[in-house]
Amino acid sequence: MAVFEPEAEGIVLDAEETGGDIAGRSPWALAGRRLVRNKLALAALALFVLIVAVSFAAPVYSKHVANTDPFESNISGTVTIDGKTEPVLQQGGGKLGLGETPIGPTWHSHYLLGADNQGRDVAARVLYGGRASLEIGLGSALLASLVAVVFGLVAGFFGGVTDTGISRLMDLIWAFPVYLLAISLATVLLTAPNGLNLGIFNVSASSLWIPLVIIGVIYVPYVFRPIRGQVLSLRQREFVEAAIAQGASNFRLIFREILPNVASTVIVLLPLMIATTILTESALSYLSIGVQAPKASWGTIIEDGQALLYTRPTVAIAPGVMIVLTVLALNVLGDGLRDALDPRSKVRVK
Amino acid sequence: MATFAIRRALWLLVVLFAISVLVFLIFFATPGVDPARQMAGRNPSAETIKNIKHEFGLDRALPIRYGLMMKHMFISRDLISYGSHTRVIPEILSATPVTLSLVFGAAVIWVIFSILTGVGAAVFRGTVIDPILMILALIGISIPVFWLGEVVNLVTQSRLHDFFLFSWVPPLGYTPLTQDPLMWFEQLVFPWLTLSVLYIGFYARVLRANLIETENEDYIRTARAKGLSERRVLLRHTLRTSMITFVSLFGLDFGILVGGGALLTEVVFGLPGVGLLTYNSLTALDLPVIMTTVIYGAFFITLANALVDLLYAWLDPRVRPA
Repeated sequence: MAVFEPEAEGIVLDAEETGGDIAGRSPWALAGRRLVRNKLALAALALFVLIVAVSFAAPVYSKHVANTDPFESNISGTVTIDGKTEPVLQQGGGKLGLGETPIGPTWHSHYLLGADNQGRDVAARVLYGGRASLEIGLGSALLASLVAVVFGLVAGFFGGVTDTGISRLMDLIWAFPVYLLAISLATVLLTAPNGLNLGIFNVSASSLWIPLVIIGVIYVPYVFRPIRGQVLSLRQREFVEAAIAQGASNFRLIFREILPNVASTVIVLLPLMIATTILTESALSYLSIGVQAPKASWGTIIEDGQALLYTRPTVAIAPGVMIVLTVLALNVLGDGLRDALDPRSKVRVK
Repeated sequence: MATFAIRRALWLLVVLFAISVLVFLIFFATPGVDPARQMAGRNPSAETIKNIKHEFGLDRALPIRYGLMMKHMFISRDLISYGSHTRVIPEILSATPVTLSLVFGAAVIWVIFSILTGVGAAVFRGTVIDPILMILALIGISIPVFWLGEVVNLVTQSRLHDFFLFSWVPPLGYTPLTQDPLMWFEQLVFPWLTLSVLYIGFYARVLRANLIETENEDYIRTARAKGLSERRVLLRHTLRTSMITFVSLFGLDFGILVGGGALLTEVVFGLPGVGLLTYNSLTALDLPVIMTTVIYGAFFITLANALVDLLYAWLDPRVRPA
């Protein structure tokens, strides 16, 4: 009887695992087992899920806890804390005693983290902003991955002219500096007076779709390159040849034989992509070419807070802390997934 | 090597052409957008719009318009900002030394500290030092640079400015090196540190992974077997091989930062470099300036990439494709 040789089966072992340990388990089960053992990665996953849940509960928070509309300015409003009524925008307070300073953190349900210079509740805005940032981050990472997988499968599978064409196109996008491409697209799209008119669609300038698609397009090559490389080598493997010999159609070869084998690469890349797209979104929004008013994202709130930095630093600090926590959680999770699915770490992203 | 260089140069030309066409299409042929109206800035007069239409041949065929744009950009170099009524290209050139000062200084810091961190983590693998350094590196790559800059400003300019550690920090701004070297240095210290944090984290991670991978190579075992000291193996064999990736990444990132990537750091520290110029024209919607900084930046980065590829092929013959 043949001895079970994991290496010969193309299964990569983790340092602590022996052949007997893994016999009879599928690669996915093995990866799951490695991930569950990685407490740091699990904690990161929990943190990310928590941030997503809290951000998507933003309407609940602002309606039932903070009792404000964080998109409505409240310049002459007042807030009652411990029986004392105070104006939201206070006279003076700056070094020169001029102008108006919004109320600082109250650490109560109303204006928990204070107000911005239009008297809006910062805590509620950070949650709403998180929702926009996460929607764009997740959406553009998924968009980039989806397009990259389709192109990668087609280019790697068919080869020849198709491959050359797609790969050169990707090289071009890759060669174009990320921020410069985003800046040119965003300035033109956002300054169009009636929004972007694409026949039946009319996308308004404040639509989240604009930054989502811009960021998604920019990052397609980052996923495309590893996928294409992998498809190229899978194409030569015996199991694909066997399927061809059995008369499998191209469709079947691509979707049933090759796609499941590149899935782990996509899964490893996805959290890292989301981390990157969230950072890019915040940078574009900070430069005022990402999310547009009246909508808010973490990046736009940091920009709002810049003018209040020395008097009310929480406005800028709170959304930044959220970005750091989210991105850190995603990076730790990505590292954990890579170790679990691919202990020799063949997949690398920049 | 010569064939590789020629092929790389040809591809470079294709990329430069494609980038210029892409920028042209984005700015001049987006559906539903009137380029003359957009170029003219806020509240333009009818005459300005007419002038722009003539300058850029907006009523003529697309290829002619492309040619006119390139002529204004590279041959006559007479693009005018309709916001500030100044010539765009001299303005960009005069902002370049600021960006170069920022990026050079940050690069020195990030090279030194990332090598120390990466090598430290690899050498102390299996002890508690390695995970600590790697978590710090991970935090470094997770912080948005503009936010870090705001926090640094808050501490050094406001909250702890009277504390002896930060009392020397001058107000935000830029003083040319030729005018007052000490002031130049003092104003740039925190921008340098802020900009380098991301790269220290990223390069340290890459270097550590490379070092550990190289550790398993046969020639490292050979070096040990012939009795070389650990230190010599590390410095002359392991580190040397790992530096190939490091050097090529460095070239790319340096190019990207000079070509416009230092934008966020310049904005948050008020450094009047090319990035701040781009930002100011973004807020004023001064399209001629944006268009020019984008094209010049993209061209610079593409040239830097080509240079890095050539250097890489020269250092490591294995990557020269047939």
